[in-house]
Amino acid sequence: MTRLFALLMLIGMVMLQATARAEQPPAAPLKKATLALLWLPQAQFAGYYVALDKGIYRRHGIDLTILPGGPGRSPANALRDGQADFALMWLGTALQRRAAGLPIVNVAQIVQRSSLVLVARKAAGIETVADLAGRKVGLWGDDLAVAPRAFLDRHGVTVQPVPQSETVNLFLRGGVDVASAMWYNEYHTILNAGVDADELTVFRLGSDELNIPEDGLYTLKTILARDPALVDGFVRATLEGWQEAIANPEPALDIVLARMREAKLPADRVHQKWMLSRLAEVIRPSGDDAVTGELSRSDLDALVAELQRTALLRAPIGYDDFVRPIDAAR
Amino acid sequence: MLLAKTIAARLILVTVLCTALVFALVLGVVDYRSQAIVEAEAAQSARHLAQASVYRVEAVLGAVTKTTEGLARTLESGEIGDQELRTLLRRSVESNPEIFGAAAAFEPAELGGPERRYAPYYFRSGDKISSMQLDETENYPLHDWYQIPRELGRAQWSEPYYDEGGSKTLMASLSVPFYSGSGEQRRIRGIVTADIALDWLTKTVDAIKVLDTGYAFLLSRNGTVITHPDAARMLNETIFSVAEARDDPAMRELGRRMIRGESGFAPYLTFKEVKSRLYYAPIPSTGWTLAIVFPEAELFADVRTLTLTVTAMGIAGLLLLAGITLRIARSLTRPLGELAAATAAISEGRFDVRLPSGNAQDEVGALSRAFRAMTIALREHIRRLVETTSAKERIEGELRVAHDIQMSILPKMLPLLPQRAEFDLHAAMVTAKEVGGDFYDFFEIDDNHLCLVIADVAGKGVPAALFMAVTKTLLKANAKAGRSAAEILGKVNDEIARDNEQSMFVTVFCGILNLKSGELVYTNAGHNPPVLMRRGAAPEWLPGKPQLVVGAMPAIGYCSSSIVLERGDRLMLYTDGVTEAVDLDGTFYGEQRLLQDVAHTSGSVRDDVAALITAVESFAAGTEPADDITVMLVEFRGPGLE
Repeated sequence: MTRLFALLMLIGMVMLQATARAEQPPAAPLKKATLALLWLPQAQFAGYYVALDKGIYRRHGIDLTILPGGPGRSPANALRDGQADFALMWLGTALQRRAAGLPIVNVAQIVQRSSLVLVARKAAGIETVADLAGRKVGLWGDDLAVAPRAFLDRHGVTVQPVPQSETVNLFLRGGVDVASAMWYNEYHTILNAGVDADELTVFRLGSDELNIPEDGLYTLKTILARDPALVDGFVRATLEGWQEAIANPEPALDIVLARMREAKLPADRVHQKWMLSRLAEVIRPSGDDAVTGELSRSDLDALVAELQRTALLRAPIGYDDFVRPIDAAR
Repeated sequence: MLLAKTIAARLILVTVLCTALVFALVLGVVDYRSQAIVEAEAAQSARHLAQASVYRVEAVLGAVTKTTEGLARTLESGEIGDQELRTLLRRSVESNPEIFGAAAAFEPAELGGPERRYAPYYFRSGDKISSMQLDETENYPLHDWYQIPRELGRAQWSEPYYDEGGSKTLMASLSVPFYSGSGEQRRIRGIVTADIALDWLTKTVDAIKVLDTGYAFLLSRNGTVITHPDAARMLNETIFSVAEARDDPAMRELGRRMIRGESGFAPYLTFKEVKSRLYYAPIPSTGWTLAIVFPEAELFADVRTLTLTVTAMGIAGLLLLAGITLRIARSLTRPLGELAAATAAISEGRFDVRLPSGNAQDEVGALSRAFRAMTIALREHIRRLVETTSAKERIEGELRVAHDIQMSILPKMLPLLPQRAEFDLHAAMVTAKEVGGDFYDFFEIDDNHLCLVIADVAGKGVPAALFMAVTKTLLKANAKAGRSAAEILGKVNDEIARDNEQSMFVTVFCGILNLKSGELVYTNAGHNPPVLMRRGAAPEWLPGKPQLVVGAMPAIGYCSSSIVLERGDRLMLYTDGVTEAVDLDGTFYGEQRLLQDVAHTSGSVRDDVAALITAVESFAAGTEPADDITVMLVEFRGPGLE
C-alpha cells in the first residue's frame, strides 16, 4: 500500500514538473533589472525581499538585484543615473522629481496611506494640537516634512522646527518636545526605549482631505517604452511578493532579518514584526486580501494641490501622464 | 481503608501524619527563611560587586570627561587658531589612552552660513594618530553626537555604536558643547567630542562572573543591550523588545526602572528564560545600567541541598517512627487479639484454650492476668453449676414421682361409684409446685353416707405434701359409721397435734352427706366457706361457725352444723388457691368474683369445675402460680328413682 502510494506520488511529481517546465516559455533568458529601495533592509521592504528570495521575480522572467538605500542615497538619483531600473519613492518625492524634470512614471502604489505621525510627551504638557504651538518639533527634511507642515498649517500652529536625524534619541533625551515618526518604525522604537504608549500623545498626519500615499514603484519613461513586459512582470511579481509576505509574516521576517544581519544592522525581530504588521495595514487599508498597488486618482490630485499650495510644486501633474494604470500590468 | 481498621494502623497513620505535618511546616519555614537570608546576602554582595565595577568604569569615563570638558573650556577661553586647535586635538588623543579619537565640530552659523561645515577629527590608526575632516564625510549637524548636546546645552554620552570604520569595535562618544560670550550674548560655537572604544568596558563587564553561570550585562539609556554574553543580542535588542516578545509587563517595568537610573534587586527571567535574580545599578555619568544576573538554581543551590538533605532525613525518620510505632502497637495489640480469640473459644465452651502469658507489667499484662483468673473462676463456677444442676434435676425427678404419688392417693374420678345415682361429683386439683398441700377426698362411710373432705395444709412443697398424706390417711381411718364430722376432726386433731413438732396445721372442711335424706352434717376447721348453690337460687356461702384449724393444738372440741340439700342442689368446695389467686395488677380473685362466676354455671359438675379452674387460671394469667388450686363440686340428686 505504502509503496503504491509512493509510486503514485512519484508519478504525480514527475508529471507536475513536466507541466511546469512546459508552461515556461522555452529558452527565454532572464532579464536583468535593479530595484533601488528607500532605506536599509527592514520589514518596510519585506514584499520585495520575499519576492526575490522565493523566486517570484525569476518566475516572471526577471533576474532582480535589490539596491538598498541608506543615508545619502537617493533612489531617484539611482534611477536617474541608470544604476536602477525601478525605484521605490514616496509619492511626494516622485512628484517633485518629476516636476524637476526626471521622467518617471508610477507603475504601482504599494503603500496607500501615510504612516507619518508626530509624537509628543504628555509630560511636556502636550495633549492637543494647540499645545504644539511654539514647541521644538523634530522634522525630517525634504518631502518627509510635507505632511507635518501641511498638518501644522491646517491647524494654524507655528512651531520651532528642529532638523531630525535618523534616530529618535534627541526626542528620548528631551532635546525636542515633539518628534516625527513613522507609525511602523520610530513610534515603536520610542515604545521599546521604555516610554509607555500612555505617556505619549500621537498626532496622525494622514486625513480624509489629504491622504499622502507613501512607498510607490517608479521607472523611467524610457524603460517603460523599451520593455513594457519587463515592467508588467516586475509589478506583478512585486504585488505577489507582498501578498505572500503579508499572508506568511514569520517566513517573511526570517528573510528580512537575514538581509539585515548581512548588512550588519541591528536585527530586532520584535521591531520588524511590528513594522510588517503595520505596513500590512497601510498596504491594504480596507483589510481585503488583495494587494491592489493602485494609486487613487483623488489622492494624487489632493497631494498635487497641496504641493502647489506650499510652493513645492509649480505646475500641476496629471494622473494619466504620471501613472501607468495598474490594469496595464494585469 | 482496610489498614485503618486496626489500632496499629490507626496509631501509625495518626503518628506519621502528624509528625509529617509538623516536619513539613518546619521545613517550609526553614526553606523560606534560608532563601530570604541567601537572597539578602546575594543582594548585598551584588551591590558590592556592582559598585566596584561601576567605580572602575566611572574612573575611566571620568578621565575622558575631564579631558573633553577641558578641551571645550580651552576652546571657550579665546580665539584659537586652526593649527592650535589641531595640536590640542592631537594631544588629547595622544595623552589619553582611553580616547580613540577627538573632534571639534563647529556650528554652521559660527562659520558664516548654514551650509558651512568644519570639523577636524584626530584618531588612532594603528600606532599613529591620523586626522580627517568629518565635514567631508558627514552632515554632522544632523548627527546625534552633535545635535543632542547642542539642543540640551550640556555634555552627553551617545548611545553606544559599533564603529564600522577605523576601530571595528564598540564605541561611545562624549560630546561637550562650547560657547562664546556669556549671558544674553552666549552663543553656541560648536561641539567637542571624544570617542572611546568600549572593548575595555565589555571586558570589565564580561569579567563579572557570578556563581557558575551568572553574568553581567549593560543597558544603554534606551534599554539597548550593550554587552551581553549572547553576542547576537548586543545592539540588536532592547530589554523592552524582549519584554514585548515575551509579553512580560513586569520585565518592561523593570527595564523602565533601570533606564530611570534606579538600582535594586528583582526577579528576572533571562533571555534564555532561566529563572534568576537581577541586581541593577546605574553608571551615573552615562546613564547606562549595569545588571548582574544570579541564576536562582545556583543562588539557592545550598538551600536546596540543605532542604533535600533535611527532607531525606525527615523521611527516613518518619519511616523509622512508623516502624517503631508498628512494633509498639503490635506488642500492645497482639495479646489483645489473642485474648479476643480466646474469648471466642471460651464462649464456645473450650476452656482448655491457651491464654497469652501476660508477663508484661503494663495494662495489657494486667488484663491478661485478670482474664486468666476470670477463666479459672468461670471454669470452677461452671463445674459447680453442673453439679448443682444435676442435683436439682435429681430432686426434680423425685418430686415428679412424689407428685404422681400424691395424685394417686387422691380419689379417682371415674368411674365414680357408678351404682350411686343419688349424687354427682367432680373434683380437680392444680398444684403450684410439683407436690402440694391441698387435697380432697370423698368416700362412702356406709351405704347411706358419703364423706366429703377438702383440706389445705399450711405451707407448701414436700413437707406440706407429707403432712397432707398423713392427714388424709388419718381422716379416712377415723371416718367411721356413726361418727359426725366434728368427731372425726376431733380425733384427727388429737392425733396430729400430739406429735406435731413442726407445728404444722391444716384447714379442713369435712361434711357427711346423707344420701337418702340429703342432710349434710359438716364441720369447717378454719377452711374457706364452701358455696351452696340451691337449685334455681343465687349461690350463697354455706353457713357455719368457723372453727380452729386441725393440728394447731390438741383437744379441740369441734361442733357440727347441718343443712338439708334438695334434689339438684350443689355444693362447691375449694381451697384458698382460688380466692387468693392474683392477677398482674396484684388484685385478688376474691370471694365476690367467685360467687359471680359460679352463678353462671349450669353444666355438668365436671364442666363447671373445669370452667371455674379455667376462670381462675385466666384471671391469674402471666403470674407465677402461688398456691394449689383445688375445687370439688357435688350435686345432690336425691334417692334413686327405683
